[in-house]
Amino acid sequence: MSTETVDSPPSGRIERDRPSRQRALTRIAARPGLILATVFAALFVLAALAPGALTRTDPMALDLGHSLAAPSLAHPFGTDEQGRDLFARVVHGTRLSLGIGLGAAAVSLALAVVLGSVASLGPRWLRAVVSRLIEIQFAFPTLLLALLLVAITGPSAVTQVFAVAIGTAPGYARMIRGQILQAKGSAYVEAALALGHPQGAIVRRHVLPNAVRPLVSVFAMSIGQSIVWASSLAFLGLGVAPPSPEWGALLDAGRLYIVHAPWLTVVPGLVIVVLAVVATTLGNHLRLALERGER
Amino acid sequence: MTLTSPTDRSILTHDATGSPVPGPAGPVPRRRSLVVGLGVLRRLGAALITLWGAATLAFFAQMALPGDRATTIFNIRAGQAIERTPEELAPINQAFGLQHPVLVQYLDYLGGLLRGDLGTSYQQFRPVTAIIGEQFPSTVVLGLTAILFAWILMVLWVTLTAGRPAWVRSLGAFVDTATAGLPHYWIGILLLVVFAAGLGWFPVISADKPSGIVLPALTLAIPLAGFLGQSTRTEFESTLGQPFVTTARLRGLGDATVRLRHVLRHALLPAVTLSGWAIGATLSGAVIVESLYSRRGIGTVLVNAVNQQDLPVVTGIVVLVAAIYVVANLLVDALYLVLDPRLRSQA
Repeated sequence: MSTETVDSPPSGRIERDRPSRQRALTRIAARPGLILATVFAALFVLAALAPGALTRTDPMALDLGHSLAAPSLAHPFGTDEQGRDLFARVVHGTRLSLGIGLGAAAVSLALAVVLGSVASLGPRWLRAVVSRLIEIQFAFPTLLLALLLVAITGPSAVTQVFAVAIGTAPGYARMIRGQILQAKGSAYVEAALALGHPQGAIVRRHVLPNAVRPLVSVFAMSIGQSIVWASSLAFLGLGVAPPSPEWGALLDAGRLYIVHAPWLTVVPGLVIVVLAVVATTLGNHLRLALERGER
Repeated sequence: MTLTSPTDRSILTHDATGSPVPGPAGPVPRRRSLVVGLGVLRRLGAALITLWGAATLAFFAQMALPGDRATTIFNIRAGQAIERTPEELAPINQAFGLQHPVLVQYLDYLGGLLRGDLGTSYQQFRPVTAIIGEQFPSTVVLGLTAILFAWILMVLWVTLTAGRPAWVRSLGAFVDTATAGLPHYWIGILLLVVFAAGLGWFPVISADKPSGIVLPALTLAIPLAGFLGQSTRTEFESTLGQPFVTTARLRGLGDATVRLRHVLRHALLPAVTLSGWAIGATLSGAVIVESLYSRRGIGTVLVNAVNQQDLPVVTGIVVLVAAIYVVANLLVDALYLVLDPRLRSQA
């Protein structure tokens, strides 16, 4: 943004900067959702990098005298069956949960980019084969594909990353294929072809950038989705196992007490939902910003 | 490599909507029906290839189990993890046909699928079809109830909120988006905590009681309703501006009649397509819901099988679900012809 030099702006620029800065501020103020999402995202990142800054309580410290205590001032999220503070556990579980989500989103999109571009740019026979392959994968619901991998390798955090990535990749691959085909059929590619540019250069310079740019926002959104899927696996007892404070593992551990201590499952679930909403909101705004930038 | 061949374009238009795009009306009706017939054949062929691909994936997933398979099977059955002697393993190799080359095993597997044989469970030593067959009806009932609930919720919500004053419209759309994104387990937990544990209206463990299906089905229905609502709402609001709606209003029909009798019919088309897709998603959600509510069904079987690495059961369910997905999508295409008279006149 051009408003970074606002402390001591050259006198000529101040008149031009002020309206644009005001416009930027009103634009942000008009979007309370964006501010809220950014604040929460910052909190999640802080919890992942420096959990000690948010809570001094040890997430593993037992306190059997205060087991299954409802949320209170001392324990804002309540305590579990061994008296461990749920807030501390959620904060300390952020790193692993975000890590799994980031990892799964990255692997998934990498797979999708490879499959999607081969399915749209490869030789004709390969295009047909890979397109069909994407459609075949699409016939498997995400969770089933993920469970198939867990069945082969056994549950663990690494399996969770790859299981979720393989489960979600077909959808993204299909999307990327569509994007590339759209770019391929566009007028500017036709113009470049007519001008006699080599095809490799056209793909590199025009098709891929246009097809891949939307992925920035998709990546942000897919982090949230990946965490939801990964926590679904863990909820089934097929992810990171308790007593790890990973969010999915918290859900798994809390299931036994769903009637008597509902906060043990409701709160970690809510945290995951909030993260998914934050990721989607930021992804959406990123997409809008990119679209504005194009114009 | 040609960058813009006509075939590329046709692939794009066909796949972008995922629905049968009526080809440009040809000049001669006979040629048009030929085009439609070819389209149907192509879709059938694609469905068969998808099924074959699913079966192949299922077969190689079984091969991918680390370690010697006969030893794994023996140990899964015995609940131990030790080396076995060749004499011990011989009957297992015999029973599962593991002594044959991979290609023979693969063809055997495909042949078995054609005869409706999904293999034998490692753990229970029973045909996978028998295990699935016992549990499947419960899941089907759950899934169909959920889809029914979802349609009821979605139709009510969209008809009530679409095309109303701006704040109602955005509230409607917000609820669609918000519910579509909620994880099944969380909705399930909330419903369980409020309606079963809190108010005591429904049993906590649904088992096979008839009243036990309400919460599990609602858990699956709420995100589905949001998902279907998103596309229905868009279609509903664009249909409201169509000339035939104005005509209907001019004929003196009331707002409710116009919405229910004329607009809804058009607006539901995308939701029909998505419902075909939703059957797969619903089955996948059923895994979570059955586990949460301790319900019988293939979801529960699947989770146990994954835990035990009982791969024939896992792949059997995966192949079954893929087959359901493929058949459901073919049916949806057929349903399109019933619902949209414009397509019928072209076919």
